[in-house]
Amino acid sequence: MKIAVCIKRTPDTEARVRIAADGVSLDETGVKFILNPYDEFAVEEALQRRDKAGAGEVVAIALGPDAAQETIRGALAMGADRGILLKADKVPADALAVAKALAAELKDGGYDLVLFGKMAVDDHNHAAGPMVAELLGLPCVTAISKLELEGGKGVAEREIEGGVEVVEFALPAVLTAEKGLNTPRYPALKGIMAAKKKPIEIRPAALGAVRAQVSALAPPPERKAGRIVGEGPDSVPELVRLLRTEAKVL
Amino acid sequence: MANVLAVTEQRDGALRKTSYEVVWAARQLADAMGGTVDALVVGAPGVDAAGAVLGEVGADRVLVAESAAFGRYAPDGYAATAAAVVKAGGYGAVLVAATATGKDLAPRLAAALDAPLATDVTALAFAGGKVTATRPVYAGKAIQQVTLDAPVAIVSVRPNTYAPGKSAKAGAVEKVPAVETARVVVREVKAAAQGKLDVAEASVVVSGGRGLKGPEHFALIENLVKAFGAAAVGASRAVVDAGWRPHAEQVGQTGKTVSPQLYVAVGISGAIQHLAGMKTAKVIIAINRDKDAPIFQVADYGIVGDLFEIVPRLTEEIAKARAG
Repeated sequence: MKIAVCIKRTPDTEARVRIAADGVSLDETGVKFILNPYDEFAVEEALQRRDKAGAGEVVAIALGPDAAQETIRGALAMGADRGILLKADKVPADALAVAKALAAELKDGGYDLVLFGKMAVDDHNHAAGPMVAELLGLPCVTAISKLELEGGKGVAEREIEGGVEVVEFALPAVLTAEKGLNTPRYPALKGIMAAKKKPIEIRPAALGAVRAQVSALAPPPERKAGRIVGEGPDSVPELVRLLRTEAKVL
Repeated sequence: MANVLAVTEQRDGALRKTSYEVVWAARQLADAMGGTVDALVVGAPGVDAAGAVLGEVGADRVLVAESAAFGRYAPDGYAATAAAVVKAGGYGAVLVAATATGKDLAPRLAAALDAPLATDVTALAFAGGKVTATRPVYAGKAIQQVTLDAPVAIVSVRPNTYAPGKSAKAGAVEKVPAVETARVVVREVKAAAQGKLDVAEASVVVSGGRGLKGPEHFALIENLVKAFGAAAVGASRAVVDAGWRPHAEQVGQTGKTVSPQLYVAVGISGAIQHLAGMKTAKVIIAINRDKDAPIFQVADYGIVGDLFEIVPRLTEEIAKARAG
């Protein structure tokens, strides 16, 4: 089974966000970067599917700057076989531009399965996976929390508000991973050593026109300082009074 | 002049609350663009009846695509149907709610139409012939303005950010063709417990954290949710990672981002990734034993003390207030 897993280098979820001097981007000084947490589920799923099939390969593909090679190494350390970096100095805010570059790379790759995380924790777009599927004319199920594959067909479950959709599809397909799909492994020392010798091809990302541009980035409006109503259960009636008369939410 | 298409969402033939929000959002944008609003309703035969009310929230026309294959969400068919409507012309923007369905549909539509996309948007503006969307990024740790420079802009709108007002547009129902392509098929929808609201949609969210000490104590949260009525249970990442609660309830950067009218944080200290997911709530209440917990810095109202004493009392008082 030949599987592509599309991954992204993102700031750590615990990172403090400061705005760069240009007013449109993140100040990366001192920011730790990680493999997008949802992509870990995608990598893990790819590895398990390859190993279950007993043959095949997992290719980790990232679009981003040179530093995204480290992110690819992380996926290789988990067990992916090789990497491809589609080099772009910056990942554009235009998800469709990113999807086009990925689709161009994936098109003739002969992949049975293309996996993504359901979203990136920086731009929150939920977009690259289904866009790539649409561009390639492939079946796509997004935000899956359960997957069964058997003889070229698959059944996946995805959470919707107040329920779960059970979705059928045929391979090749594009799937995006929700938290809970599996438990991603930690790279073992042996894997980290092995990853250093695995190949990463680097070529420019074929982004095309970028038509979604960040025109401003700002800190969120500060909430006005709240107050401690009191201590212990005896302050509950006062809280309820405030909710009713001041906040007007009851 | 450019018109706006609002793609609505229904479940079992009934429009979702977010459908009214997205039509209302489309109305605001269309007024800025000097255009009209068409609402698209996709569903099983008979769904046109549900669409008839959309004039009240600003739809000039209600376009209905009916197919026996469209009772449940049909990702490819819905996208192809909406794309065909847009290609028929005249639209400068297409709005979808950023729900589980909308997050799936909007990117497909953007790719099918070769149009740029802005997701999970909290405000829209039209200037210089371009749509600019305001959207939280880094889980709400920053607010981005993104300008979409194309003849058609695709936008998904965050649930609970547009409160529909009253309008009196014609909302005349017209049928449009259903395009029934299907690369994937939703075979079944397993419904959660009856009447259970999703944390991303509810107007009141009560979230529990590690302060509850064990999964069995979430009964306290569930009781408070019941007292509020239209409310949902949320959870911190710590308790989801510990397996106490399902991921569907997680609020924060690797969970859901919520904007309810009222958010009650119980036994949650307020890690940065959690605050990011709920800071846009209109009113925040925090109940925590540690008066220095970061959650109190974003809370409008806080009570310091033992949640096992405070929450039952609050449940009682809320039930009383709502009954009275």
